[in-house]
Amino acid sequence: MTERVPVLKIGDVLLVSIQVDLEDQTVLDLQDDLAARIVATGASGVVIDITAVEIVDSFVGRMLATTAAISRMLDAETVVVGMRPAVAITLVELGLSLGGVRTALTLEKGLDMLARPDSRPPAKP
Amino acid sequence: MSGPRPLPDADHETITIESNDDVVRARQLVRTLAQRCKLSLVDQTKLVTAASELARNTLVYGGGGVMRTGLVRRDSRVGVTAVFEDSGPGIPDLDLALTDGWTSGGGLGLGLSGARRLVDDFTLDTEVGRGTQVAVTKWAR
Repeated sequence: MTERVPVLKIGDVLLVSIQVDLEDQTVLDLQDDLAARIVATGASGVVIDITAVEIVDSFVGRMLATTAAISRMLDAETVVVGMRPAVAITLVELGLSLGGVRTALTLEKGLDMLARPDSRPPAKP
Repeated sequence: MSGPRPLPDADHETITIESNDDVVRARQLVRTLAQRCKLSLVDQTKLVTAASELARNTLVYGGGGVMRTGLVRRDSRVGVTAVFEDSGPGIPDLDLALTDGWTSGGGLGLGLSGARRLVDDFTLDTEVGRGTQVAVTKWAR
């Protein structure tokens, strides 16, 4: 049994703060949990806080991109917050620029982004 | 395959990679060594990320294996080496496997090619039916 990352609800937003070194199964479980919680709660936004995350490899990077795409289809916007500079540098060099994922430097800015509907990017064709 | 290549420094650790949990242990061990070697934060992050990709490859594509890691010295430089070894199916087309975006599994196809970009030294020995050995090193600047 692998541990699960808690998904918290604050108003219209689901908040996930990743605090442990994630093993792959935990990453997949989180993706499923988030999709289910979006539908169950009707949340309009998801914030994934990776402030404490020391590395994002291609597996976790793919989860972030997939989660953003899944939640968009379920009518929720995802913002990834708190990425460390070294993680950003490494991700780009790895070949993952996470083009479809919105980011904010801090949790506060991420929540702010979700609170302003006009800040949503136009839907991709 | 040229067989196991001993690390230049006898002081190294070996762990088996047989579960997702071992992938986490592998990157934590590499991180500890990278810190001991005083790699910069960005270089630590790059090396640990490369180790994570390669440990996952060992598990998923190699069917499990081992990682040997330790500090190495060349001239006046110090670095961290990690060697990943499996007895899996091997890689039939190495050029293809090192191409961005190509995967024989369900991944993004960035593991091997991305790991190579993230380290200073990268060597790969593979033989179909015998297994694969990937060695990476990051040097302190």
